[in-house]
Amino acid sequence: MSTDAPTAPRPGTAPARRRHSPLGDRLTPRRASPMIPAAVLLVGFMLGPILYSVYLAFTDRAIRGEGASDTSFVGFDNFLDAFTDGDFWNSVLLTLIFTIVSAVIGQNVMGMLLALLMERAHRVISFTVTSIVIAAWILPEVVAGYLLYTFFADEGSLNTILTSIGLPAQDMLFSAPILAVSFANIWRGTAFSMLVYSAALSSVPGDVYESAALDGAGPVRRFVSVTLPLMRPAIATNLMLTTLQTLSVFGLIFIMTGGGPARQSQTLPLYMYEQAFSYGQLGYGTAVALLLLLIGAAASLVYLRLLPEEEKR
Amino acid sequence: MSATTETSPQGAANPAAHRTAPAPVGSRSGGRERSSRIASTVVMLVIGLAFLVPLLWVVLASFDTQASLSVAWPDTWSLGNFSAIWNAETTFRPLANSLILCGGATVVTMVAAVLCAYPMSRYRFRAKRPLLLTIIFSTGLPITAIMIPVYSLFVQVNLVDSMFGAILFLGASALPYAIFLTKGFMDGVPLEIEESAWTEGAGVFRALWSVVIPLMRSGLAVATIFTFVNMWGNFFVPFMLLLSPENLPAAVTLYTFSSQYGQVAYGQLAAFSIFYSLPVVALYLFLGRSLGQGFAAAGGVKG
Repeated sequence: MSTDAPTAPRPGTAPARRRHSPLGDRLTPRRASPMIPAAVLLVGFMLGPILYSVYLAFTDRAIRGEGASDTSFVGFDNFLDAFTDGDFWNSVLLTLIFTIVSAVIGQNVMGMLLALLMERAHRVISFTVTSIVIAAWILPEVVAGYLLYTFFADEGSLNTILTSIGLPAQDMLFSAPILAVSFANIWRGTAFSMLVYSAALSSVPGDVYESAALDGAGPVRRFVSVTLPLMRPAIATNLMLTTLQTLSVFGLIFIMTGGGPARQSQTLPLYMYEQAFSYGQLGYGTAVALLLLLIGAAASLVYLRLLPEEEKR
Repeated sequence: MSATTETSPQGAANPAAHRTAPAPVGSRSGGRERSSRIASTVVMLVIGLAFLVPLLWVVLASFDTQASLSVAWPDTWSLGNFSAIWNAETTFRPLANSLILCGGATVVTMVAAVLCAYPMSRYRFRAKRPLLLTIIFSTGLPITAIMIPVYSLFVQVNLVDSMFGAILFLGASALPYAIFLTKGFMDGVPLEIEESAWTEGAGVFRALWSVVIPLMRSGLAVATIFTFVNMWGNFFVPFMLLLSPENLPAAVTLYTFSSQYGQVAYGQLAAFSIFYSLPVVALYLFLGRSLGQGFAAAGGVKG
């Protein structure tokens, strides 16, 4: 990483030099031309579909039946249908539970805990455990889904362990599937928070702790009054990233429970998929997708407010 | 997975620095220091064991032809599961498809990202801040939410089940994050070095290709591997956009694994999972120490 020269002056810090540059420093259309491929891709495959989804959400486009042969404009009907559909609200509630339990609380607290433990625990142990956590994270989503399915299944590892130490067996995939998939998402996603927090912790200067300790602050006090404030940008960013990632989790739940039983783990992405493809209602599914996008955008705005001013550059 | 130890540079480098910090407080706290170390280690061990069990299952089950859902030591170790799936249809074609899909999309993403990041890193313009904010925003865009319009659009322009279409979409979806990372690494390359190239008459592309890119090689490797690994694990995009069995990547064939065999052969499923996971594990080992740096950027905490 030496080539990245962290100590080298950044372009913005050497305005005096920049004046001598034969190409100048202002963007001209010619200089902007390398940006064209990215612009074409982003407009064609990201912005395009988003704009198209705004149109589609107001139509009755369907795979089969009436809306398939002759698509017509239906105004806000799709949204009204969603708001009056109990299954939709069920999915919204489950999405909130899933996101709060697994991302906001689970991955963040677990990630922070592991990052803090990493600094104190025995070196070899901390090395091994973080490797295991990272391994859980780099496995492909579908593999993780199957692994956690076998873990929580009736004859799975969890029950083998529970019954062997004399505890009652659980049937979480049936009684509380949303918790099972939330725990699965914690298992899978904690490494991300752990790495972000450990990178942030390593940039907290050690002498700050020293002087806090000299002032008689205990470990808890030091964490609350020194570490947490210093890590605020990292926490805000990480909360946001994990929240958005979790909002769009599909494969993990699809593999583990398929949204069932009886829609008890059907978060918004799975509800959307069911409406669009099992029932063929593309227009309605898109309206739900748009609502999901809005939830993501709202979360992003909260995140931007949490960031300190200088981080917004 | 023991080799993944390489990928936690923070764990290796930083504890020492922090552990020495409280020392000057005095020997009185020495005992407390030690017991806090022991307590931390015990808590860490417990968490580690909880994370380990599912991983242990996949390894043990893959060598056990009698594998069940529960983690168990195989009665007889056997390579039977691996040889059972050692054929083109089950294993090699899906993996080759994954390679074409993710490799192609990674090339598309990285070429577009480097070209786009260069003007953003080198020149001043009024729309820079809004543009960067938009890119950061779209980094978090839930791709899941746009899959239905994308599918509908692809049906209209006849791109469904086309590997080319899937590559372009996958490439575009990874682009915002790749631009964000690439620009960060590019900002670290001092402008002065390019100036000599400019005075010798090199154009923008020449300066980018022969001066900037060689200097940010390791950063580019990080961004490229990140991009590839994320795509390799992606299930929903190929699941929606690719239909014919001969096009399906490993992520989707793993899902269809159970139906293919009538009843789920858990040992074979575990063996296939290992085949499918190995490339990304290998790439992460290759990333090694750079991982922490990528994460400093991801966390928005980079200087």
